[in-house]
Amino acid sequence: MTSHTLSVLVENTPGVLARVSSLFMRRGFNIDSLAVGPTEIPEISRMTIVVNVDELPLEQVTKQLNKLVNVLKIVELDSHSAVERELMLIKVKTDAQTRGQVLETVQLFRAKVVDVATDAVTIEATGDAGKLTAMLNVLEPFGIREIAQSGRVAIGRGSRSITDRTLRAVPGTQAG
Amino acid sequence: MTEQLTGAQSLVRALEHAGVDTIFGIPGGAILPAYDPLFDSEKIRHILVRHEQGAGHAAQGYAMVTGKVGVCMATSGPGATNLVTAIADAHMDSVPIVAITGQVPSGSIGSDAFQEADIRGITMPITKHSFLVTDPAEIPLVIAEAFHIAGTGRPGPVLVDIAKDALQATTTFTWPTELALPGYRPTTRPHGKQVREAARLIAAAERPVLYVGGGVIKADASAELKVLAEMTQIPVVTTLMARGAFPDSHELHLGMPGMHGTVAAVAALQKSDLLISLGARFDDRVTGQLASFAPLAKIIHADIDPAEISKNRTADVPIVGDCREVIADLISTLQKQASEDGIEGDYAAWKAQMLGIKDRYPVGYDKPETGLAPQTVIERINAIAGPEATYTAGVGQHQMWAAHYVDFERPRQWLNSGGAGTMGYAVPAAMGAQVGLPGSVVWAIDGDGCFQMTNQELATCAIENIPIKVAVINNSSLGMVRQWQTLLYEGRYSNTDLNTGPESIGARRIPDFLKLAEAYGCVGLRCESEEDLDATIEKAMAITDRPVVIDFVVERDAMVWPMVHAGTSNDAIQIARDLAPEWDDEDL
Repeated sequence: MTSHTLSVLVENTPGVLARVSSLFMRRGFNIDSLAVGPTEIPEISRMTIVVNVDELPLEQVTKQLNKLVNVLKIVELDSHSAVERELMLIKVKTDAQTRGQVLETVQLFRAKVVDVATDAVTIEATGDAGKLTAMLNVLEPFGIREIAQSGRVAIGRGSRSITDRTLRAVPGTQAG
Repeated sequence: MTEQLTGAQSLVRALEHAGVDTIFGIPGGAILPAYDPLFDSEKIRHILVRHEQGAGHAAQGYAMVTGKVGVCMATSGPGATNLVTAIADAHMDSVPIVAITGQVPSGSIGSDAFQEADIRGITMPITKHSFLVTDPAEIPLVIAEAFHIAGTGRPGPVLVDIAKDALQATTTFTWPTELALPGYRPTTRPHGKQVREAARLIAAAERPVLYVGGGVIKADASAELKVLAEMTQIPVVTTLMARGAFPDSHELHLGMPGMHGTVAAVAALQKSDLLISLGARFDDRVTGQLASFAPLAKIIHADIDPAEISKNRTADVPIVGDCREVIADLISTLQKQASEDGIEGDYAAWKAQMLGIKDRYPVGYDKPETGLAPQTVIERINAIAGPEATYTAGVGQHQMWAAHYVDFERPRQWLNSGGAGTMGYAVPAAMGAQVGLPGSVVWAIDGDGCFQMTNQELATCAIENIPIKVAVINNSSLGMVRQWQTLLYEGRYSNTDLNTGPESIGARRIPDFLKLAEAYGCVGLRCESEEDLDATIEKAMAITDRPVVIDFVVERDAMVWPMVHAGTSNDAIQIARDLAPEWDDEDL
């Protein structure tokens, strides 16, 4: 099985997240990560779904997703032609001796400190999954107290936009 | 000034605009506002059923015979959950229905209010789409969209849940001229390149089979199918959902494939080198063990739902499109290929071989020494009522016998619960079919188990002048389960004896179907021997002003054959217990 990143454009309507996530569940697919947010078009939201499946089941789940009336478009993004990022907030134990080393690690990974207490710092880090894992490994010996992590978001490289033409009016969809 | 009206009035007006003439339903608290303007509608007949499941199946029956979208209506909570089985059934068998449910007032949603159920959440996996309406201004657009989604593309059930306060509030009415469905664009026109590729494979094949599913009926493509089959002389099999899509009397028809399919139909698929699948979905009841299904065949798979293609069996040529357009394009492409390029298939030897198997292994049964054979009952109903009648069935042995022993000559002649296998489908579906086809003959061929699940709708039929005919094939047991117990559980009949039979077999005749029919204002008849069979059926045919229920007391050990045991290969088909067909060398 391999990891696939799907960008799914959906109508920004109530219940659409439930429709998408329950589809994965009932067809027996596990979602590794899911991130939802608005796009440059207010009526459209974008879901980035990371799913670990083989090629054939992926095709099936994509077809099933496409059948959902609120789903507008599905694009699979691969790491070569897309930028992928995750955001992580990490609370690390520090004291007077270790704080300097922790701050050094933060700099090395081009992360930043967003909160400081006498016995801990909170670090904000973005990157791909590999970078975040590497950073966690380095921070581990200091004592990680808490982690909050976003789902992966991804966008294709270059000037093309996957929202182009998505909301084009459908000719022939007449009422009646 | 724009006319002001209530959300409920807007709903009824929207339903009228959508062309609705019949609704099956039951009122209750949350949907009550809608029932007030419905009372005044001159265009819509509301049929008050006795259980919401009956409303759902009736809407299915109505939709299946008319080709229109069927409508059922229920209140919130238990009213809505009682629709769930019928909605699931419609989802599995691609039946266009719109289910309208009342919901608690929008301010109470999520508070565990009286009769509150999240019916949209509950039905999410079993609807094509669903709506929750809390703003009365949305009602016309939602209704227009619901009917469009239900009836187009691959048909299916759509749920519209409307909060009570949206029905009560004041609003205005505008019937939409355009729908806001940017994510819904079913592909109906097949891709020319794929059709040409299919035509090339067909011409090159030696042993092709037209594997026809329910999509051909939904697409009204029977006439085109007949042209294609006769032009190419390719043998045809019709699945349980497609019975009637191609006439049973046609020489090229090998019957129904699958777990209880004919030897010829099953053999044709297993030995074929090219399956031309039209609106079928390679269901496990057709394929048997998937790995050994049609092992030599290439696959052309045409379906309006892209997700069906290559779901169970990888297609060599996928064609997404409406079956009628696909078949029409195949015909013209094959003709062009023959006239311009001189390429044409020759399947005469294959056809002769298959017709030989069809001849040698007709579907048949041995009559018992005493008692009435269930198959004979169905054969005689078929002989007397003919193909003009519509037949519904429940699920089980009687369903399979009906699928075999009724001669299906026209599409929409046969209604049953194929995918979901819903016991209790027959009576309410017959009710809906009869409403859709007033003045015609509708037979519900039911089992004694199924019949007891939904026979409360006999009251609806009697009161609303819906004169269906119910043939209860009464073997005093859950017959199909009993058959499996005979074959697989050494005859240990755990919980399959229903005691609806006579004392002579040690049963208690509870309930007495004659008395039950009479209690419901229907005519009750009973037939226990072959001598009385025709007279009883003719008597039922002569009654047109009331529903008729016939208790056909049949021999209980009859089994459905042929049979491919669940999970085994189609190659292991048996024509009777432990009896396989004898294949000639040239057959294999």
